Amino acid sequence: MNAELAIEASGLNKMFGPVHAVANLDLAVPRSRIYGFLGPNGSGKSTTIRMLCGLLTPSSGQISVLGHSIPRDAEALRMKVGYMTQKFSLYEDLSVHENLRFIASVYTLERRAAKAQIAESIERYRLGALVRQRAGTLSGGQKQRLALAAATLHEPQLLFLDEPTSAVDPENRRAFWESLFDLVNEGTTILVSTHYMDEAERCHALAILDRGKLVAEGSPADLSRDIDAQVILVRVNQPRRAGKVLHAQKWVRSVAQIGNELRVLIDKGHAEAAQSTRDLLGGAGFAIDNCQPALANLEDVFVAATLQGKEMRAA
Amino acid sequence: MKALQRIGAVVAKELRQLMRDRLTFGMIVGIPIMQLLLFGYAINMDVRNLATGVADLSGTAASRQFLMDGFHTQVLEIRYQVKSIKALEQLMREGKISVGVYIPPDFERRLQQPDRAAAQLLIDGSDTVVQGAVAQLARISTGSISPPLYRPGTFETRTYYNPERRSPVNTVPGLIGVILTMTMILFTAVAIVRERERGNLELLINTPIRTSELMLAKILPYIFIGLIQVTLILVVGDLLFRVPIRGALLNIYTVALVFIVANLALGLMISTVAQSQFQAMQLTFFILLPSILLSGFMFPFDGMPLPAQWIAEVLPMTHFMRLIRGVVLRGASLPELAGELAILGVFILFALSFAIKRFQKRLD
Repeated sequence: MNAELAIEASGLNKMFGPVHAVANLDLAVPRSRIYGFLGPNGSGKSTTIRMLCGLLTPSSGQISVLGHSIPRDAEALRMKVGYMTQKFSLYEDLSVHENLRFIASVYTLERRAAKAQIAESIERYRLGALVRQRAGTLSGGQKQRLALAAATLHEPQLLFLDEPTSAVDPENRRAFWESLFDLVNEGTTILVSTHYMDEAERCHALAILDRGKLVAEGSPADLSRDIDAQVILVRVNQPRRAGKVLHAQKWVRSVAQIGNELRVLIDKGHAEAAQSTRDLLGGAGFAIDNCQPALANLEDVFVAATLQGKEMRAA
Repeated sequence: MKALQRIGAVVAKELRQLMRDRLTFGMIVGIPIMQLLLFGYAINMDVRNLATGVADLSGTAASRQFLMDGFHTQVLEIRYQVKSIKALEQLMREGKISVGVYIPPDFERRLQQPDRAAAQLLIDGSDTVVQGAVAQLARISTGSISPPLYRPGTFETRTYYNPERRSPVNTVPGLIGVILTMTMILFTAVAIVRERERGNLELLINTPIRTSELMLAKILPYIFIGLIQVTLILVVGDLLFRVPIRGALLNIYTVALVFIVANLALGLMISTVAQSQFQAMQLTFFILLPSILLSGFMFPFDGMPLPAQWIAEVLPMTHFMRLIRGVVLRGASLPELAGELAILGVFILFALSFAIKRFQKRLD
C-alpha cells in the first residue's frame, strides 16, 4: 500500500451477465490531484466509480481506497469519501437548505459544526438566494452546485464525481472546475468522469477508458506528447472529398474536418507523413493550400487510443 | 448517539416529505373516513326498502292491516300491486322486485288455522343478503301468522336480521384493522422503492447510515401516522355509529401500536423485494385482500376450511381482529391477550430481520 496513493486497484473486472463492463483495470490515483476518467458512454466509467465506492461488487480484482480494502471495508470509508451521482440524487421535494441539513445529520456532523459548514457551503457554492427553493425547481447548474455542496459537506478526503457537468452550461462549468481546484488545494483528491475534452484537459492525470478497458493513462500533456500517431493539418479546396481519399489509405487512422481544415491522424511508423499526404492529394488533383504537422491535442489522443478510432481506420 | 442522529435525520426528512405529498397526506385522512362511511353505511346498512310486489287476492280488511303492519318497518317497500302469483314471478325475473308478497283469496280462513301458512313470501335468492334477511321474515310471518301477529312490533325486524357481526359495533373495530393494513403496508412498501426509483438511494447508501437505522427510520414516522388514524376511526366511529368502547383506551392503543409496527415491518419487507412502486402496490393488495376476507373481519373465522385458517394465521390482521374485538367489545385486559400480542411480536421480529438482511447498501 502506497501512502501517496488515494486509490489503488489491480485486475479489476466487472461482468453484467455476458457484458464485460470493466476489464482488467489497473488504477493508481495519487492524493490531492484531479484524476479524470475520459471515455464515451458505456466505457465503464460509472461502473468503475461505483466499484471504488463499494456500491458494486467487483467480479474480480483488488481495490484499496484510502487504505481500506473495498468492498470489504466500504462502511469505514463512508465518512471519508463524497460521491456525486450522475443523476441528481438529492430530494427534489425538499428545499436546498433542508437537503443540506439532512446530509449534515446523516453524516452526524455536530450541531454547531453543521450550521457553520452549511453556511460556508451555501456561500461557497453561491446558493444563498436559493436556500428556500425546492431542489426540484433548480436549474441544471444550480442542482449541480447543490449536489457538490452536499457531497463535500462532511469534508471528505476523496471525492467521486460521475459526469458532474453533463447538464451544465459552459460558464457554470468553468466556475465548477474552479471550485474543484479549490478543493484540491485544500488537500482533497478528486476522481471525475467526463466525456468532454475540455474538462479532461484540466485534470492532473487521465485514464482513457474504452469498452471497459484502460487504453491510455497519463497527464494530458504527456498523453499528447506520447500519442501513438502523427497529426497533420491539411487545408485543401474540396475537404469532404479529400477526406474520403485520405480515409481510404491504410496508414491514415482518422480524418476529421475542423472548419476548412482536415485534421489527419497518421500511423506513427509512417515516415514523411506530411509529404506523403501532400503527394497523395496532389496526385488526386486537389489544390493544397497548406499541409503541415501539428501538435496532438487530447481529442487526437482519445481518437487514437479508443477502439472507435481503430475501427474507423478499418472501415 | 450518532445512530440516533442519523435515524432522526431520516425521520424528519420522511415527515417533511409526507407533509408535502398532498396525495399521501390525503390518504392518511381520506382512507379511514371513506372506509368508515363505506363499511358503516353502505355495506352493513340494515336491509331496507327492498323493492316489493304485492298480489293481494284476498282484499279484506285483515289483509290490508297485515300489509300495513308489514310495511311500516320499511324493510319492504311496495312498488307494484298485481293480481296473480304469475305476475309476481314475472316481475322478479325482470329484476324489478326482490320480494313478492302473495296473499291468497282464503287469507282470513287460513289465519284461523295455525298449522297452515296464511301468506307467501317470494324471495329473490340471487342476492344472498336479501335472501338471508327476508328468509327470516318469511319464517316469522308465514309460520306464525295468527292474530297475535298484529301486536305492534312484530315486524321490528332489524334486530333479527342483522347478525351481531354485521353491525357497526363489530365492524368499526375491525375497520381499524382493514384501514391500518391498507395504509401502513402501502406507506412502507413504497418507502424504499420510491427512493430507488427517484435515484435518492444511490446517495443514501453512500452515507454512513446503517441498514438497521434506515429501516427503523422508515418505520417510525408512520407509527405516528397510524396512531392518528386509529384516533380518527375511534372518534368518527363514535360520532356516526356510537360504537361503545368497553376496553381501556390505553389497551386499544397498545394493541393498535403493535399491529401498526407489524404492518410497517411487512411493508418494509415488500419494499426490499419489489423492483418498482407499482410492484410494491400489487404486493400490498396481494396481502390486503386475504386480510379482509380471511381474518374474521368478513366471515367467521371458525367457519373457514382449515387451509384458509392456516393462511389466516400468518396474516397480522387475523391476530389483530382477535385482539381488538377482545379489547373493544369484551373489555379484555392485555395479559389476557398476551398470546396474540406475542405472535405479532414474533412477526415483527421476523419481518424486520428479513428486511434488514435483504436490504444491501449495494446496487448489485
